[in-house]
Amino acid sequence: MIQLVPRSGNAPLWQIATPVLAVLATMLVGGLIFGLMGYDPVAAIRTIFWDPLFGPASGYSRPQLLVKAAPLILIASGLAIGFRAGIWNIGAEGQYIIGAITGAAVALALYPLEAWWLFPLMVAAGMAGGWAWGMIPALLRNWFGASEILVSLMLVYVAQRVAAWMAFGPMRNPQGMGFPGSRNLQQYPSAANPELIAGTGAHWGVVAAAFAVLATWLLMSRHIRGFHIRAAGTAPRAARFAGVNPATLVAFCLGLSGALAGAAGLFEVAGPAGQITDRIGVGYGFTAIIVAFLGRLHPVGILLAGLLLALTYIGGELAQLTMGLPAATVQVFQGMLLFFLLGFDLLTRFQIRRRITA
Amino acid sequence: MNRRHLMASAAALMTALAAPAYAQDEPLKVGFIYVGPIGDGGWTYQHDQGRLAIEEEFGDRVETTYIESVPEGADAERALTQLALAGNQLIFATSFGFMDPVINVAQRFPDVKFEHATGYKTAENVATYDARFYEGRAVIGTIAGHMTESNRIGYIGSFPIPEVIQGINSSFIHARKVNPDVEMRIVWAYSWFDPAKEAEAANALLAEGVDVILQHTDSTAPLAQAEAAGAIGFGQASDMAQYKPSPRVASIIDEWSPYYIKRVQAMLDGTWESGSSWAGIGDGEVVIGEITDAVPAEVKAEAEALRDAIGSGEYHPFTGPLNKADGTVWLAEGEVATDEMLQSMDFFVEGITAQIPQ
Repeated sequence: MIQLVPRSGNAPLWQIATPVLAVLATMLVGGLIFGLMGYDPVAAIRTIFWDPLFGPASGYSRPQLLVKAAPLILIASGLAIGFRAGIWNIGAEGQYIIGAITGAAVALALYPLEAWWLFPLMVAAGMAGGWAWGMIPALLRNWFGASEILVSLMLVYVAQRVAAWMAFGPMRNPQGMGFPGSRNLQQYPSAANPELIAGTGAHWGVVAAAFAVLATWLLMSRHIRGFHIRAAGTAPRAARFAGVNPATLVAFCLGLSGALAGAAGLFEVAGPAGQITDRIGVGYGFTAIIVAFLGRLHPVGILLAGLLLALTYIGGELAQLTMGLPAATVQVFQGMLLFFLLGFDLLTRFQIRRRITA
Repeated sequence: MNRRHLMASAAALMTALAAPAYAQDEPLKVGFIYVGPIGDGGWTYQHDQGRLAIEEEFGDRVETTYIESVPEGADAERALTQLALAGNQLIFATSFGFMDPVINVAQRFPDVKFEHATGYKTAENVATYDARFYEGRAVIGTIAGHMTESNRIGYIGSFPIPEVIQGINSSFIHARKVNPDVEMRIVWAYSWFDPAKEAEAANALLAEGVDVILQHTDSTAPLAQAEAAGAIGFGQASDMAQYKPSPRVASIIDEWSPYYIKRVQAMLDGTWESGSSWAGIGDGEVVIGEITDAVPAEVKAEAEALRDAIGSGEYHPFTGPLNKADGTVWLAEGEVATDEMLQSMDFFVEGITAQIPQ
């Protein structure tokens, strides 16, 4: 008979071990599935997890890891802070889209003006847009007690429609022959977010992601607000006595994660994506939720988790290319990662004991 | 014959012998990126059928790979680069939103040839191709005009872009030609493939008394709704034969195989050149699926006659006199629309009361 016994304290070893276990279990079960589908499981796992880093075309795919991981890390850093306080922003995807739109709007309104301050202004506008979109669920929760989970999620769909409207309407490229989509910002020097050093993949979004990791780590470990956040998450009543104003905290967490998601959207639209289209949201906001949890809501963990998820995207493409694995592989992998992580999480809070029944 | 000469001729002989053998050993690598999954039963499915047709036609002389479900934007650029790095010499990008990524990647790989579906940007190594779907719309518009009893036909539009507007105008013009009382209701789904939204759109049309539904979206959901309401519709992109003989009374099939085979042949012959292909019924790229017995024989005969007249080039679906919806003259008596006019079409023809969303 197996019994689960709650642990008295938290188990720091398991905190670190469970994500690793989850990754290993995903590889194992993933390999099993590939085997059943008739693919060589070892080759498939190697193609997904090894080749992008050290394979024949890794000179290209390694920088691409940064490009793919940067928005994930940037968004997840913000989300993790809210999650630690028990404030659930599920709508980062919407904040990302709105940030991309408001940031691009600055550039498109001023086109073809060339000035050094244009790009910083776009970043500010992108962050403001994401922040504002995040403030909607915050205010609705503070004023009416509306669930920020539902409101933020539903606002994603609103944001997608706004993006479609922009792509077909106000932001449509006047030289685009009636086709949807804005001007391509990659071709607008002052507004573009290019690779800073050729061949590294690193654009301003990558720099911002690194900065976000550092800043959130400082905030959580050194700043009084970080203490409040942790307190509110673990012991809400005690936090009140410690002087935490829950309404302020809700606004802070949703605003911050919204602003970071908005910045990620702006860096993407001015850089790799290039233009506002109706499909500017490609799911970073949702995948970032997995990244945040896989990274244990810790800045360093998020950094690693973001890179790992980026690896599954790029490796998954390679596997399609070289082995003909279906595209759904990537989604299955990401789903399994979260599933196993939540499963193994049990071990951080419970001990497994064998009970001897007489 | 001196020694040098001997060596040279031996070398020449070796090359002459080796070159063809080498060309046969190394198959031409052809890559595809798809916007949806190959099992979507519509747009991507048909492109993948084209890929399989290449394999069947050329056997060992080609090797094809594909990456499916590639989001438009930054991910497309990476997927295209990976295809190019994997040694593909000819790459088909089968969605409008892949346009700028194709141009970017093509600049970095001048020796690789790219083919972009439905776009308008070409380069030395980028050709575009599209099909004249409006030709097929004229045929099913004729059937719709005859079949409607309520004199209301419905149209589920995807996005208000020239390609879709051409289809709406073409089907309306030909429905009205055979039935002067016909009216058209239009609902925009803002998606190419979204069964839930398409079903909703179909229901909205049916509620307005529409009894024939035309669709420019790729799922079978509208047909399922039409069947339940006793209305009829048409297969889109693929044949959708499972809804025969009614509600699916005919279909417009995207047949990419002839173009794909032609372009691969050109690569093998070394005669590939950039250009813009816009082929229709006459070239076998737009195919009218079987017109079922649910349609009276004389209507069927009329529709087939129209199909053949368009196919032979004897009749153009946009032949004047035609006015725009605002009453101004578009085409004078006997005047035929040019391709440029069609490719930037952003207005409805006279008789359609709906507005194009801006």
